[in-house]
Amino acid sequence: MRDLGLVKTVRFGASKYVGDPVNAVRIFNEKEVDELIFLDIDATAKGAEPNYLLIEHLANESRMPLCYGGGVRNVDQVRRIVQLGVEKVAISSAAVADPDLVSRMARAVGSQSVVAVLDVRRTTPGHYEVYTRNGTLASGQSPVDLARALEASGVGEIVVNSIDNDGMMQGYDFDVVDQVRAVTTVPLTVLGGAGSLQHIKQLIDRYGIVGAAAGSLFVFKGVYKAVLINYPKPAEKRSLVQTSLFTSAQQPA
Amino acid sequence: MIAIVDYGSGNIKAIANIYKSLNVPTCVAKTPEDLADADKIILPGVGSFDQAMAHLNASGLREPLTRRVREERVPLLGICVGMQLLARHSEEGDCAGLAWIDAEVKRFDERRFSHQTHLPHMGWNDLDVTRSHPLLSGLDAASGFYFLHSYYFACDRRADVLAQTEYGTGFDCAVNVDNVSGVQFHPEKSHHNGVQLLKNFADM
Repeated sequence: MRDLGLVKTVRFGASKYVGDPVNAVRIFNEKEVDELIFLDIDATAKGAEPNYLLIEHLANESRMPLCYGGGVRNVDQVRRIVQLGVEKVAISSAAVADPDLVSRMARAVGSQSVVAVLDVRRTTPGHYEVYTRNGTLASGQSPVDLARALEASGVGEIVVNSIDNDGMMQGYDFDVVDQVRAVTTVPLTVLGGAGSLQHIKQLIDRYGIVGAAAGSLFVFKGVYKAVLINYPKPAEKRSLVQTSLFTSAQQPA
Repeated sequence: MIAIVDYGSGNIKAIANIYKSLNVPTCVAKTPEDLADADKIILPGVGSFDQAMAHLNASGLREPLTRRVREERVPLLGICVGMQLLARHSEEGDCAGLAWIDAEVKRFDERRFSHQTHLPHMGWNDLDVTRSHPLLSGLDAASGFYFLHSYYFACDRRADVLAQTEYGTGFDCAVNVDNVSGVQFHPEKSHHNGVQLLKNFADM
């Protein structure tokens, strides 16, 4: 969300207006989405408090589990957001700045409700750096180092979000996910680049139990990216998982 | 009128919203008077057993709730921690439960988990219906329900169980004795299956 409107970015740059957040939640309800991640992408840069009224409204409307992120930097905010009926709280800048904060949040609401979002940019082939503040501030840390520190702090889930692939709809970045998967057993969700259900199938085939997240895929339609909220039907979605080629032998060591 | 008990725990508005879309009148019960007119009662709940029990005990609603449910036999649906409070006791804490169903609440034994199974049980899972009951009618087996818990309900008698779910081990996820029912999962976060179950409760 940007300025109270839902937007979709490309490489964390130009953003396109997609619609009203509450209305979008209602449509995702109808589509029976597994889980919704709602990110206020400018909150941290603006130093703004989370918009509790909006969060409450989203939580009341949402018939699926919800994760909220944006401007969260202390335990009281996390408690308050969870109290509003939100299952998980996502942090990015705060997690990078202070991994111990993750421990305190986990103690307050349980690990399962603390999600760290790592926005990653490729620096040189095979190397990545985590950025914060909507992709504008380089952290000087790699996703691998941060994933290790976050696991030690008790984070419940890590979202690996590729800035380079964001909005491009050309597929996920498996290279960075391979690296993170190799160093942590924390549940992972992969975001950035999905352009088709095939991309999601490839993700599940490669990693087995993994969260597949997408933005553009579910809000745009066609070559000209007309705004049209869409989502696979339950049977289609089940076939992505049930026909998975993943075997534990393939899991990176 | 369905009363949704507000004792400081649970997704009350999300439940109320679903009933609003079904044109079923609800009220949020904060005082004993709010419970007086209800012909059905929902006891939601999130967080820890002791916290929820302490809130219920401090709310002034425990006695009127007991009277309406145990004496007047008003149908009650406990959800998540609200269901767990129906048991005698939970391994999660020290407080005594309501003991309206002969059951204990136990912690999942992680030693029986495969390496990728974590606590809490958080996510979508399926039901294995063992006793048919109006509460579970018309549900879509393939879609499942959303769960979020580390402790599970264990009935003394199999006959009190409506459905089980598998997470490392099988556990009782839907139970019923006379007018008292409970579900471990969150119908308010389970799309059409949840709406159907809430509708079934309203129609019971």
